Amino acid sequence: MFRWLTLAAGLLVLAVLALILVFTVKEAWPAIQHEGVWGFLTGDRWVPNDPDGPGPARPMYGALAFIYGTVVTSLIAVIIAVPISVGIALFLTEFAPRRLRGPVITVIDLLAAVPSVVFGLWAILVLGPWLFDAYQATHGLLGAVPVLGSIFGPPQGPRAFMTAGIIVAIMIIPIITSITREVFATVPNADKQAALALGATRWEMIRGAVFPHSFGGVVGAVMLGLGRAMGETIAVSLTIGAATQITANLFGSGNTLPARIVQNWGDPGIPPGRSALVGLGVVLFLITIIVNYLARLVVSRAEIRMKGASA
Amino acid sequence: MLRRSALSRGRRIADVALRVAVWLCLIVAVVPLALVVYFVVVRGLPQWTPEFFDFAGRLTTRYQAEGGSMAPAIVGTLLTTGVAALIAIPLGVLGAIYLNEYGKNSPLARVIWMMTDVMTGVPSIVMGLFVFLAFVLLIDELNALAGALALACLMLPVVIRSSEEMLRLVPDELRQASLALGARRWRTIVSVVLPASISGIMSGALLAIARAAGETAPVVLVMGVTRRVNWSLFGGNVSLPMQIYDNAQQPYAAAQARAWGAALTLVVIVLVTTLVGRFIAARFAIRER
Repeated sequence: MFRWLTLAAGLLVLAVLALILVFTVKEAWPAIQHEGVWGFLTGDRWVPNDPDGPGPARPMYGALAFIYGTVVTSLIAVIIAVPISVGIALFLTEFAPRRLRGPVITVIDLLAAVPSVVFGLWAILVLGPWLFDAYQATHGLLGAVPVLGSIFGPPQGPRAFMTAGIIVAIMIIPIITSITREVFATVPNADKQAALALGATRWEMIRGAVFPHSFGGVVGAVMLGLGRAMGETIAVSLTIGAATQITANLFGSGNTLPARIVQNWGDPGIPPGRSALVGLGVVLFLITIIVNYLARLVVSRAEIRMKGASA
Repeated sequence: MLRRSALSRGRRIADVALRVAVWLCLIVAVVPLALVVYFVVVRGLPQWTPEFFDFAGRLTTRYQAEGGSMAPAIVGTLLTTGVAALIAIPLGVLGAIYLNEYGKNSPLARVIWMMTDVMTGVPSIVMGLFVFLAFVLLIDELNALAGALALACLMLPVVIRSSEEMLRLVPDELRQASLALGARRWRTIVSVVLPASISGIMSGALLAIARAAGETAPVVLVMGVTRRVNWSLFGGNVSLPMQIYDNAQQPYAAAQARAWGAALTLVVIVLVTTLVGRFIAARFAIRER
């Protein structure tokens, strides 16, 4: 009896996942039919307004600008967060004095405990205005350089891809740090001692013994962080600026898949408006599942290899 | 005798540079946390007036005006998070028992284990969409129960994972001793395995609750709105994260001030839950063997 009860609870996970897929795809279907799968994924215009109004003759639902925004912000976040996280993990495993280790881990955990909406609030009211000044200075400095000039283009305000990327970076540092730390901790002590005994400095030991051993695990950690970054909704919605545009300018404003859903949910436009928003959710769901699955794959492969090495 | 000065200059510089870089990384991560906490406290505390916590009061509808009560949002947060916990924790613990006590390495258990991983990675907004389509459309009303269901969906895989880890720490000798005394499998689990791991399970559950209390995206989609304290699971409701999100977007100082006040309240709730969870974990943990 009890056995079947526990099994039912376990199966609930499968049921919920299946139902998520069924319900969202079913709801998104009209919009996908309206645009065609390819059109929905590659259309760069999102115009859910009244056809009798000043807009185009029929509503247009193309997700490309939001897919682009999601990829750009999460890449910015990962590029900022990874070196910092690896640094903190190295600090904890190789450098920290014993009595500092506990407090630092607690601080990183607290960083993970702060709700994303609070980060968003701080980002838009405090950090954003500071960053805007920095954007203007950067643009002034690099604006005339050919490629950099278009990446660090004219700032359009404190709400930008960059602001969203920075705030998401802060939010994924704890995840990447904690997994990277665990991976670094599995490096066999004998390897490290051997490197040091050969006269390697701390840096040479880390480069020669720690990094090669934990590369796979760190890649997995980074991808898990990437998955989290892509799904982040509220902090991004507050800081990215809600513009439907594809631009190389990181100081320009844009939008991401989840942020667009939450911003337009109250007023999705004429049918199939809500269906199209759910369609954005389906795209997001599929992208994050693929990224997470690849991450787990990489981590478990790395784990097998590490176990082999330590045996 | 090997000395530091025996190293070539390049190697010495690289080593010192790494040391400095690692400290810098730590500082870069700590500074934002300190700044967030500082601003939330400094800007939020002045909002904590008796009116702010007036349970008979109303949420203000006008963003330009100061004042108004935040009690409806506090109640909404406690209600949805509490109900979500009541749904997700028993189910999650049962699922973990299946994985660790019954399923073990069977193919089905492996699939469930992998899908739990997948479910952990589902973005919170997708859970909100799912609950909206599966539940809100069904009963045709935005309500607190829908918010609780969305939060429960988010908590479930987290609770399964953390409970499973705790169950795995229970030494096999305990199970064998109980079985040898003639206790049935379920009896062993209920009266030996669970009591041995309950502190770990509770601390994991509390951390999941803390995360859920701060979730915004799913509840924004499914909860609707209320002006007065609504203890019912039905009818529109609000939560602290929804109020912060809503007010933070306004250009008016009064609305932004309310957002800071709500943020301080939310952070206190989340921090207290997290710290209690960590305390339980540290105080009553099974020592890893």
